[in-house]
Amino acid sequence: MIVQRLVVAVVAIFSLFFLYVPSLSVVVFSVNQAKYGLVWKGFSWKWYTSLFHNQIILDVALNSLVVAVISTAVATLLGTALALGMDRFPWPKRLAAAMNFLVHLPVVTPDIILAAALVLCFSLLRQLVPGFEMGLMTLIIGHVTFQLSFVTLVVRSRLAALGRDIDEAARDLYASDFYLFSRVTLPLLAPGIIAGAMLAFTLSLDDFIISFFTHGPDSVTLPIYLYASIRRGISPEIHALSTLILLVTVFLVLLSERLARFRAG
Amino acid sequence: MYDLSESTSPHVSVSSSRVNPAEMEPEFASGLLTWYGGIHRRRDLRMRGTLFLSLGLLWLFVFLALPTTGLIFLSLASRGNFGDLHWTWTLDNYRRLLGFGLFGWSPDYLVILARSLWVGLVTTVLCVLLGYPLTFFIATRGPRWRTWLLFLVMIPFWTNIVVRAYAWLFILSPALPPARIAAFFNFIPPGTALFPGSVATFLGMVSTFLPFMALPLYASIERLDWELLEAARDLYASSVQVFHWVILPQTRPGLTVGVILTFIPAMAMFVVTDLLGGSRYMLIGNLIQNQFGQGRDWPFGAALCLALMALTMVGLISYRRGGVRP
Repeated sequence: MIVQRLVVAVVAIFSLFFLYVPSLSVVVFSVNQAKYGLVWKGFSWKWYTSLFHNQIILDVALNSLVVAVISTAVATLLGTALALGMDRFPWPKRLAAAMNFLVHLPVVTPDIILAAALVLCFSLLRQLVPGFEMGLMTLIIGHVTFQLSFVTLVVRSRLAALGRDIDEAARDLYASDFYLFSRVTLPLLAPGIIAGAMLAFTLSLDDFIISFFTHGPDSVTLPIYLYASIRRGISPEIHALSTLILLVTVFLVLLSERLARFRAG
Repeated sequence: MYDLSESTSPHVSVSSSRVNPAEMEPEFASGLLTWYGGIHRRRDLRMRGTLFLSLGLLWLFVFLALPTTGLIFLSLASRGNFGDLHWTWTLDNYRRLLGFGLFGWSPDYLVILARSLWVGLVTTVLCVLLGYPLTFFIATRGPRWRTWLLFLVMIPFWTNIVVRAYAWLFILSPALPPARIAAFFNFIPPGTALFPGSVATFLGMVSTFLPFMALPLYASIERLDWELLEAARDLYASSVQVFHWVILPQTRPGLTVGVILTFIPAMAMFVVTDLLGGSRYMLIGNLIQNQFGQGRDWPFGAALCLALMALTMVGLISYRRGGVRP
C-alpha cells in the first residue's frame, strides 16, 4: 500500500519535472548574458531588448494578433448562430445528424488533412478569382474553419444545459420572439459564447499546422517564424521569444480560469 | 481552464445522447406545433432556423466539406512536370504508396505508414502509463494543491507545440548535461547532441501529448467512487485487480477522450518529428508536408491524406473493439 503510493507519487512528480524542465531551462537561459553554452555569465535583458528592436518580429507578432482577433470575431458570430440554428429549431433527424457530423469533422480529423484540403480549396479559388493569393485572408479563412466547430460545440453544450423551461416561462409571460431572444436567450448564453470565443482565440494564436500550410510570404505568424528560426539553430533570441510566448500562455490560462470561476458564481 | 465537461466531452457524448426535441412535440394537423412554449407554424420555424444556420453551414460546406471531398478526387489525379495538376483518373498514387514504383517494388512508404502507426501507439501507451499516476496523484491531494497541480498540467496543454519542441532541442543540445552524460557512457560521440533520433522523438512526443491524456483522465478520476476502491481493498483485491475492476471501468470515458486526443494527432505529427526526429524518423505527416511543400506533388499528398484517414479509422475501431478491454 505504502510502496504503491510512493510509486504513484514518484511517477507523478517525475512527469511534472519531465513537462517543465525543458521549458524552464529555456526561460533561465533567456536571461543569460552568454550567447553560447551552458556557462552562466550573469543576468541580462539584452536578448529581450534586441527582440523588441527587431521590426520583423514585431510585424509577425502583429500578424498573429490580427489573425486571431478577426478570425475569433467571425468564428464566434457564425458559431453562435450555427449552434442556435442547430439546437433551437425542429429539424428532421437525418438533417440534424448530417449537420452534427459536419461540425464534428474538424475535431476528429488530423489538422494536417484539413490543412491539405484548404490548400486545394484556395488553389481552386485562385483559378476562379484572380488575385486571390495566399496571405492574411487565407490564414483567417483557415483559422475560422476549425474555430467555427469548437465555438459551435461549446455554445451548444451551454444551450443543452439551459434547457427549455426558461423559454417556456418567458412565453407564458407573453414575451415576443425578439424579446425572448435578446433579453432571455442571449444573456443566458453569454458565458458559453465568451468561453467559446476564448477557446477560439487561444486556438488561433497557438495554431501551427494550418497556418504553416495556408500562410503567404508576407503573412507569417509567430509560431511559423519561430519554427523557421529554430531550423537555423539554437539562439538566446529564440529563448527569449519562447519565454514570452510561454508567459502569454500562462496569462491566458489564468484569465480563463478566472472567467470560469466568475461564470460558476 | 475551459470546463472539461464543456470543451472535450461534447465530441463523444453530444451526438449520441441527444434526443431530437422534434420527436417529443405534440403536433397539430394544421402544421402547427408547440415549440419552446410558443405555437408556431413548422414552416416558419424552419425558415427562421435556416437564417441562423445559413452562413455557418455555407462556410463549413465551402471550406471544409467540399475540399475534403476534393482530396479524394485529387488523389486520383496526376502531377505534371512543373507541379501542375492533370485531372486524369488514375490509381498511380495509391500504387506508389504501396511501393510499386519505376524501379520495382520497395517498401519505403509502407515503412513510413507502419512507423506512424507505431509511434502513435507507443506515444499513447506511454502517456497512459504516466497519465494515470499523475492524475491519481493530483486527485488525492487537498483542494489547494489540486488547483495548483492541475494548473501545472494546463499550461503545457496550451503551450505552443513549436515552443515545446524547441525546449527539448535545447535541453538535448551538446553542451547541456543530458548529452554530456550520454557521451560519457559512450552512447553518442562526445560533442554531439541527443537529437535527431528515436529517444528525442519519443521524449518530445510524450511530453507534448501527456497533458492531452492527463486532463480528460483527470475529469474522470475526479469523479471516481473512492468507497468502491476501499471496498475492493477490504475484499483483498490486489492492486492490479483494483485497477482492472474498479478504476479502469470508471475512468473509461476520460481514457477514451485522452486516447483520441493523443493517438490521432500523434500519428499525424510532423513538427516534433521534423525538429527532433530527423529524416530517419519520418512520419506520414512529414511526408504529406513534403508533398504539399517542396515536393509539390499534391495528388500523392492527397493519397497520403486518405491513407492517414484510413489509419486513424483502423486505430479507433480496434480501440473500440476492445484493444484495452479485458
